[in-house]
Amino acid sequence: MNDTPLFKVSGVSKFYGQRIGCKDVSFDLWPGEVLAIVGESGSGKTTLLNCLSTRLMPTAGSVEYRMRDGQFRDLYHMSEAERRFLMRTDWGFVHQNPADGLRMTVSAGANVGERLMAIGDRHYGNIRATATDWLSRVEISTDRIDDQPRAFSGGMRQRLQIARNLVTGPRLVFMDEPTGGLDVSVQARLLDLVRGLVNDLGLSAIVVTHDLAVARLLSHRMMVMKDGYVIEQGLTDRVLDDPREPYTQLLVSSILQV
Amino acid sequence: MATPLVVSEVFKSFTMHLRDGLKLAVVNDVNFSVASGECVVLGGPSGIGKSSILKMLYGNYAVDAGQILVAHRDRIVDVAAVDPRTVLDVRRHTMGYVSQFLRTVPRVSAIDVVAEPLLARGVDAGEARDKAAALLAGLNLPRELWNLPPATFSGGEQQRVNIARGFITDHRILLLDEPTASLDAANRKVVVSMIAAKKAEGVAMLGIFHDEEVREAVADRILDVSAFSPRKAVAA
Repeated sequence: MNDTPLFKVSGVSKFYGQRIGCKDVSFDLWPGEVLAIVGESGSGKTTLLNCLSTRLMPTAGSVEYRMRDGQFRDLYHMSEAERRFLMRTDWGFVHQNPADGLRMTVSAGANVGERLMAIGDRHYGNIRATATDWLSRVEISTDRIDDQPRAFSGGMRQRLQIARNLVTGPRLVFMDEPTGGLDVSVQARLLDLVRGLVNDLGLSAIVVTHDLAVARLLSHRMMVMKDGYVIEQGLTDRVLDDPREPYTQLLVSSILQV
Repeated sequence: MATPLVVSEVFKSFTMHLRDGLKLAVVNDVNFSVASGECVVLGGPSGIGKSSILKMLYGNYAVDAGQILVAHRDRIVDVAAVDPRTVLDVRRHTMGYVSQFLRTVPRVSAIDVVAEPLLARGVDAGEARDKAAALLAGLNLPRELWNLPPATFSGGEQQRVNIARGFITDHRILLLDEPTASLDAANRKVVVSMIAAKKAEGVAMLGIFHDEEVREAVADRILDVSAFSPRKAVAA
């Protein structure tokens, strides 16, 4: 087992005026580990995800990330330029709505290639070849490479967004309801794809979802949030099969059996 | 070598918060150990807590008190107390579990379901698939099914996929929750001989077997779970 965490979160809190967004969240994330954050709407899970990924500045707390040189850096004390570079190269962020993570009016190939250019690739042939390879890995027919995502279905857009995020070989990926707006057959395909990629690439991921089935399939560990607090956490199958807290028991017992 | 599995003073109850905090005691003061090369069978009527004991050992249920000591890599780990990451490492390397039902993942073929525990330990994909194929063939699963996802298989076919998946690794501890429940006589015999082979390799096994014939064939010792039942104490 690798004994150094990739990501260290301590005491992260975010207040909107008097209102609590999330309060005093601490955890470590290790390489290859997938953490699910679950809870109902308004429980603070997206606020927490945005704080962790520095899209939002927390009111208190710190997040340290182990850079590729092995040094831990405090994310909230980096310059804006450094943070942006990290987000473009070593991190991915998969939005619930693909339109938030893609450029809808440039081609699918350019959407993938753009991240490569951001890390210094300049050879057109190589970029196109890598983009083609990634489209096929996310099961998008390669003859669609010159089409704009506007012409893609919801499921294809989501897969394209995933390709765009993973092409630079990130070590950490944030996902906000990655299967949110998709119908169930498309969800199953996407989950299987994400699960395979996470295993093959040894990625760490933090996935926000309200869907406990998604959490069970993708994550090793989960945190349950309510009113901004983490009320229960542990091994995913332990939390789902033997929930301890009243609210977690309510969530688990509310799943519809098919 | 240390005893692979020692369970000491384990208590377990469920608190049902949605039922006004109703507390259901499951087992009290569970104590036993399983030696290397031994197959211990949990006995007692349904609902007495046999499966719950297996689930606690596997880290799937939390315990109220007590220790579950597992010889993992070169140290002793208390599964009841360690962090999730260590529990996962114990599952990957030391303790396997054959559940009663297969939890299928959409689109993953039977042979890959079986090979997966080896891949997770970094075994080469070709080698893992060869070993998976050998196990499925031994369990008489028709070859046409190997490349199909097991979601649509019959109960007995799914159970054989599950057994192959549980037996593919060289885990030092195996937990078996009624692995032969939906099998015909011929396949039950195959499983009995697979268990004998694991014993010969020195694997410590703890299982639940309702089929008397299988139980006779594999059990070195029967542990009566009613002895740990809180209900018995009330009745007496």
